[in-house]
Amino acid sequence: MNEDFEPTIVAFLCNWCSYAGADLAGTSRMHYLPNVRIIRVMCSGRVNPLFLLNALQQGADGVLISGCHPGDCHYLEGNYYARRRFVLMRKLLEHVGVDPGRINMSWVSASEGAKFKDIIEKAVEGAKESGPMEQFKRRKINW
Amino acid sequence: MESTRPKIGVYICHCGINIAGVVDVEAVTEYASKLPGVVVSRNYSYMCSDPGQTLIKDDIREKGLNRVIVASCSPRMHEPTFRKALAETGLNPYYLEMANIREQCSWVHEDKAKATEKAEKLVEAAVAKVLLLEALEEKEVDVTPACLVIGGGIAGIQAALDIAEAGFKVYLVEKTPSVGGHMAQLDKTFPTLDCSACILTPKMVDVANHPNIELMTYSQVESVEGYVGNFKATVRKKARYVDFDKCTGCGICAENCRLLNRIPSEFDEGIGMRSAIYLPFPQAVPAKYTIDPERCLQLTKGKCGKEGPACKASCQADAVNFDQKDELLEIDVGTIIVATGYDVFDAKRKHEYGYAENPNVMTGLEFERLVSASGPTGGKIIVGRDKKGEGGFEPKKIAFIHCVGSRDKSLGNEYCSRVCCMYLAKQAHLIKDKLPDAEVTVFYMDVRAFGKGFEEFYDRVRREGIRYIRGNPSEIYKKGDDHALIVKVEDTLLGTPMEYEADLVVLGVGLEPRQDVREIIDLFKLSQSTDGFFLEAHPKLRPVDTASDGIFLAGCCQGPKDIPDTVAQAKGAASSALTLIARGKVKVEAQVSAVNADECRGCGLCVEVCPFGAIELVETNRQGNIVNVASVNEALCKGCGSCASACLSGAIQPKSFKDEQILPQIAVLGVRTE
Repeated sequence: MNEDFEPTIVAFLCNWCSYAGADLAGTSRMHYLPNVRIIRVMCSGRVNPLFLLNALQQGADGVLISGCHPGDCHYLEGNYYARRRFVLMRKLLEHVGVDPGRINMSWVSASEGAKFKDIIEKAVEGAKESGPMEQFKRRKINW
Repeated sequence: MESTRPKIGVYICHCGINIAGVVDVEAVTEYASKLPGVVVSRNYSYMCSDPGQTLIKDDIREKGLNRVIVASCSPRMHEPTFRKALAETGLNPYYLEMANIREQCSWVHEDKAKATEKAEKLVEAAVAKVLLLEALEEKEVDVTPACLVIGGGIAGIQAALDIAEAGFKVYLVEKTPSVGGHMAQLDKTFPTLDCSACILTPKMVDVANHPNIELMTYSQVESVEGYVGNFKATVRKKARYVDFDKCTGCGICAENCRLLNRIPSEFDEGIGMRSAIYLPFPQAVPAKYTIDPERCLQLTKGKCGKEGPACKASCQADAVNFDQKDELLEIDVGTIIVATGYDVFDAKRKHEYGYAENPNVMTGLEFERLVSASGPTGGKIIVGRDKKGEGGFEPKKIAFIHCVGSRDKSLGNEYCSRVCCMYLAKQAHLIKDKLPDAEVTVFYMDVRAFGKGFEEFYDRVRREGIRYIRGNPSEIYKKGDDHALIVKVEDTLLGTPMEYEADLVVLGVGLEPRQDVREIIDLFKLSQSTDGFFLEAHPKLRPVDTASDGIFLAGCCQGPKDIPDTVAQAKGAASSALTLIARGKVKVEAQVSAVNADECRGCGLCVEVCPFGAIELVETNRQGNIVNVASVNEALCKGCGSCASACLSGAIQPKSFKDEQILPQIAVLGVRTE
């Protein structure tokens, strides 16, 4: 594992639980690694699996989806859809050789600032172990 | 016609030193000024302040900005503030995008260079998205002028009365046969020593008699549908097996019940007994009897004695009706107040205190019933009675224990229950009042006398000769065969271990979320804080709101509090509900999904995943062919975007969170910075 390697993680957080949990981590001044870049969506169910693929293509070394705990979805069942899609997408990505350590999903409620911090550290750790994501990098083609 | 050419203004907030202390705001301003479409990039100490907002508004007017980025705190905090500022200049409020560089950057990162770099990226991503945002129209829907209040304790009673007094309809739903809640069980209230029943029962009568309140006791909300302004709730009115209109509340049925004095009374915390047909307590409202379907012989065994149910035979009003069925009622309301209260800590879980084994170890709430004039002993402090309620003795040495089930990580309750210090002080005083010769000792961890008149009351109690010893007992056990109990404790001020002999131990049990909290969460989609109580929308500024618009919290369901705080919060919740009801209209989500009819293939996947049934397929004429196309009902759509993730052609998209608006963010944020 290359200790100097600083991976980039793109995180998709639902507005009601996980984004609020990330805000709480901030309000509580819990320090975590700056490698994570957060994109707010209204519901984890909004996360089109292609977003994960797209992030990895752009050069992100890891991705994270986080939503409300099962049963707590602000939109009743969006997080269940997110979970099913995530499981399928992870299988597909593993099939094409993407290290599963790069692909993360979690449930973080609006009161779990500390859990959010842990999840970020874990995601960064996972991406560090996997190394730089080069598989999907678009190569320059000389015509 | 608006100019299609983007003119973006970027505003970086210092937030005092909250952001500027970590993020180099000048560098971010400079970085942003070079991004495509940005015509002005500024930073200011507090963007949310009046001069900060004026800065944005002046630039919109003078420089003709048509997109605005504010890089500051979380959009969950100030997005409405800045949207309003945009709207005031005539710019569509949805042309705003925020970059969260406080909660998710400056407050969580220490490395200034990396935090600055991240802030730059977050601003760049916001610029990438704002270019593609569309103007949205805010719509309003009517608010049904009625409120559903769940829970008939003091919080629910107060909220219901306030709304009803303002002239609007209230449905007050209470699970048990009577309103009153825990407050009705209390004897005196601290620190003023008002009689709890004396101040509560008039309010209980008021809710029952108020023309605007429909009181539904022995009822439960089964399901809730809809959204702010237009909720539809189904309430199950459980069968009382007593005709509500015929029952006069005389009580002859209970006296004749074969199970008279055989069933532990919930209201008396099990130290008093009731019959299977019962009134929970003498001042119960409504004063109508109820048959306990789990205990009644006729209902459980189908047979009651040789002559049949004595309650039915003795009732002169012919009110007992064993054929009664549950009723389901549908009600339409605009707002909901959740005031479901708390449970006291189950002292059995603290097994080292021997609550389960020793009848002379009792909880604070049991002691309230013991000392209450309406309690099973008529207010005489007599313990050790037999099953028939006879015998017993007056205790001579009484120990009170603080923080049982509160401030105790091993039990998972880290929080302070806020009321125990003072209720134990009050109970110690009541003992001194009734048994002046008794020796009363209080074992405490800390005494928190923070409220109005609390410290003065605590001082008074100590002057009455009540001993306070600082120490958290490790064990309480029985000594020999007589009723003496040993409280094993270390006096932490003297540093000496001691064994205190008492003949009555009162445990200052704390407050916990209700056992059935999960049902309530599922019903209203509420969130919990780490302590298990319901989570408010903002811990400081929105203490009665929830994440669901139109649903408010009151009382101990949100966290432990005393009666004045509960009443204050109930009034706050009532006022919030009234704001919606009185205005009669509410803005609905503008960020709903929309369908590109040309791209829709009519497969119906979005219809299947939509949790709100907001999408349907409609037949459309597409160049002469009749095809199915998805159509969104904007009043029902909440904008979650599940449909967009399911759509195979990308035809359905939530406004402001379209694929084409998110992908540019990914393109900016996904790039690794070397």
